[in-house]
Amino acid sequence: MTAAIDVFSSGPDRTGAAGKLGRGNQAGSPRDVLPGSKSRILHGPKLAETCAAWALAGPAFLLLIVLFLLPVIAVFIIALTDWQFGALSPKFVGLANFHEVFSDEGFRISLFNTMVYVLIVVPGTVVLGLLIALLIESGQSFRAFYRAVHFLPYMATLAAMAVAWEALLHPTIGLVNQALSALGLPTANWLRDQTTVLPVLAVIGIWQNLGFAMVLFLAGLKSIPQDLYDAADIDGADQWLDRLRTVTLPMLGPVSMFVVIVVALRAFEVFDTVQILTQGGPGHSSEVLLYTLYRESFQYLRTGYGAAVTIVFLVIVVALTLIQARFMDRRVHYK
Amino acid sequence: MADVQIVDLGKAFDQITVLQNVSLQVADGEFLTLLGPSGCGKSTLLRILAGLEVQGSGSVSIGGRVVDGVRAKHRNVAMVFQSYALYPHMTVAQNMALPLRMRRLTALQRLPVVGALLPETRRIGAEIAVEVTQTAGALGIAHLLDRKPAQLSGGQRQRVAVGRAMVRHPTVFLMDEPLSNLDAKLRVQMRAEIKELHRRLGVTFIYVTHDQAEAMTLSDRVAVMLEGELLQVAPPQQIYADPAERRVAEFVGSPKINMLEGVVREQGLVDVADSALAIDVEGEAGAAVMLGIRPEAFYVADRAGPGALTGTVRLVEHMGSDLYVHLDMRGVVEAVIARLLAERAPHIAIGQVVNLGVRPDRVLLFASDGSRIRPRRPTLAATASVTPIGEYVQ
Amino acid sequence: MSAAHGFVRPATIARHAVLLLTAAFIMLPFVWMVSLSLKPSDEIFRASFSLLPDQWYALENYKRVLTSAPLLRYMLNGVIVCAVILTVQILICAPCAYALAKLEFRGRDALFALVLIGLLLPQQVLALPLFILGYSVGVLNTYAALVFPFVVSPFGIFLFRQFFRSIPDDIVHAARLDGLSELAIVWRIMMPMAMPAVIAFSIFSIVSHWNDLFWPLIAVNDQRLMPPPLGIMAFKNEETGTDYGPLMAASSLVVLPLIVAFLAAQRWFVEGIAKGGVKG
Repeated sequence: MTAAIDVFSSGPDRTGAAGKLGRGNQAGSPRDVLPGSKSRILHGPKLAETCAAWALAGPAFLLLIVLFLLPVIAVFIIALTDWQFGALSPKFVGLANFHEVFSDEGFRISLFNTMVYVLIVVPGTVVLGLLIALLIESGQSFRAFYRAVHFLPYMATLAAMAVAWEALLHPTIGLVNQALSALGLPTANWLRDQTTVLPVLAVIGIWQNLGFAMVLFLAGLKSIPQDLYDAADIDGADQWLDRLRTVTLPMLGPVSMFVVIVVALRAFEVFDTVQILTQGGPGHSSEVLLYTLYRESFQYLRTGYGAAVTIVFLVIVVALTLIQARFMDRRVHYK
Repeated sequence: MADVQIVDLGKAFDQITVLQNVSLQVADGEFLTLLGPSGCGKSTLLRILAGLEVQGSGSVSIGGRVVDGVRAKHRNVAMVFQSYALYPHMTVAQNMALPLRMRRLTALQRLPVVGALLPETRRIGAEIAVEVTQTAGALGIAHLLDRKPAQLSGGQRQRVAVGRAMVRHPTVFLMDEPLSNLDAKLRVQMRAEIKELHRRLGVTFIYVTHDQAEAMTLSDRVAVMLEGELLQVAPPQQIYADPAERRVAEFVGSPKINMLEGVVREQGLVDVADSALAIDVEGEAGAAVMLGIRPEAFYVADRAGPGALTGTVRLVEHMGSDLYVHLDMRGVVEAVIARLLAERAPHIAIGQVVNLGVRPDRVLLFASDGSRIRPRRPTLAATASVTPIGEYVQ
Repeated sequence: MSAAHGFVRPATIARHAVLLLTAAFIMLPFVWMVSLSLKPSDEIFRASFSLLPDQWYALENYKRVLTSAPLLRYMLNGVIVCAVILTVQILICAPCAYALAKLEFRGRDALFALVLIGLLLPQQVLALPLFILGYSVGVLNTYAALVFPFVVSPFGIFLFRQFFRSIPDDIVHAARLDGLSELAIVWRIMMPMAMPAVIAFSIFSIVSHWNDLFWPLIAVNDQRLMPPPLGIMAFKNEETGTDYGPLMAASSLVVLPLIVAFLAAQRWFVEGIAKGGVKG
């Protein structure tokens, strides 16, 4: 066979083949294909390839700098100033904004509310999502139907659906209160009551994210090899609870951790429902991190303070993402 | 210890028949291999035996007991999977202990925290640990007990999978292509270990593979399957030398058996490839037959003429002690492959015309429907039922 | 196998019972929204409850939001903004992803690190500086304001790069031998092969920008520029919660396009959004 290759590459194609090999080197193939002529061929294309690459990636590179890197640096700088948008000369004030943020009762409430919201939404979404995924996978009938229905809220415009929720929760004409009073149960003004507003928003959060968790769990369930269930059958773990404990849940472990983090990230970003339904009220009882960020930065135009809030938010999100990245690494080693 | 009786087994998935009328008796302690290309239904058959799949029709008995409808765990069979199917989140020891835990501990005792507090749990657990350690020791994996499957090499995983199957002393061992995920060298080594394991345990082994070498070296008997049908069940030698039909002859053997079209000229003489071979055949003059000639049945003949076939060399492959010579023959579509001893055929070159002799008793005859036409000789009246294996193996 | 000892009949019933219950919880706001959008105001405010209206008022409600309220304008804005964002994103991201996946050059690792940083940063963190940027360039309250933060998508670059890497190098080499320029390789060879990634990314991009409220709220206040979510909010504030029928009709219409698209191409949606959601 080696003879055949020699025959072909010594024809008029030689320059083409050499050029191809030269290119191949930059794309990561072994360098010593043409030992003698290596350096001569490589030098030109190497430079040319770098030029071509930057021509292709240049627009994206510049935009990434302007729209991502510089802004995030700017946030850190602004957070150290007392800038009020529109005011003329911002002064450097060091960590004063952070000091103010953490001593501000309003911000502490906002952070606390966000935590409460996340702590309701994450377990609710993950447990329900897992349950629904397991139930859907456990039978053959109506799989596609159930999957589609449960996924609907995730892509429905939340601002519009918030309006629908408001109608549903309306104190007098809402279906919820009508049903409760028909059953003789106490009713509430759900979105105007300090004790109910946050849990109700969390229920909407669960409603919205549940399908997403379900989809990830379904994918996780699909990736469990049938062999493991067969082995469990033969080993005697053939009741559904044993199968669940021996195979399903342990194999879903990594996916579950991933779902927890991703749902937590989404829960920390809650904004639309608060903006449309409660504006943080009544009082401060539904004020959440992003809403505070929005109000301070864009309504009160307290730019420096808003930047400090932004950084708190960023730290939380980055921490969660890094945990997730660590976990994805572990998942790779799992198998 | 148990024999396995399979009677008239059938199975279809969505109207596609994967098994039809499979009947097979496996003796207690026998090593039987199901051999066939992928998709022939051999794995389905094995899964039905294990209780992982329900047959469409027919019946299976293990150890004299009909097991149709009996769950996998109550059949006392063990299975080694192609992927090994080790639980990735459990250590080797936990993997091996699982079948024992599931059998000996109650559901309550298996509960995570509560179970450990119950009186018997600890004692049974200790027993299980002892047995696992013994089995692991026997397989040479005792030092791996605390590792997880991901930390093991392919061969080690294979041993753990065998250990998990062994630990509860099943009466039947089922193995589904257990060696196909290993590299060639390790495969040969593990093949020997499985053979040794069978000898030591003395229980029934049913082994599925598409690899002839595995089937030939391991088995007491080989069952050749194709398209859901059992074609022949016989000892390896006989499968090779005395195939029941054309499909068996073509599946077994490498390089593949040569199939040449021939016409019976008169009793005892068949026209083939511009020549004639003296073959002991009963048949009307003019009847079409297929001659199956194994590559090693050829030898270099001095001259052309009756009893020899003439061809032009198309390709020569040097295999060390042997030469595979591909020849074009007049009247034969595919190249004929002859396996010649290198020392006896020193200078064969491409384009050369070669005369190949054939030993008539090494020619297998098939009718046009693929069925085997047996030679007349052993048909001396009542001895018709004697298996001709002795004659052909020599 | 499930056939051998799967769920027996009571379990099957339990499965459907639970799933129908959760499905009802999921569908409730949708059903209520549509139901109210069919009713006249007095019927909505009646104490008794019925799913279907006594007096069909659908025509009036939907006609009102389409004529007197600028809902059509909102939806058109949404289409324009989504289309422009997606087009520019693909134009910018694909060549960059190709360079990252298939070319070796100085600065590649730095560029990729930049992409990963972009992937890490939630959009809300960048809102403040981008608002200031938009203000100083003078584009606030224009279509450009709605589009410019999104013209480059780190997620798009990342996704395309992953996909391009799975395409064999030999195809690139063959294309070069056939005389294609690098840019031609991106558009004529890589992109057609990367269609699944393109579709997944398109769905992710369209869904997230059609539904986005946060940035439009900051970037525009002119009614004529508002995309659907902001429009709904404005409409709701105007109506002050008295005229539910048209408000529900407007909400239904805003939600409708994505629902229809989703039902028509479920598999793609689930994949696109699951991939994107991983990014968050």
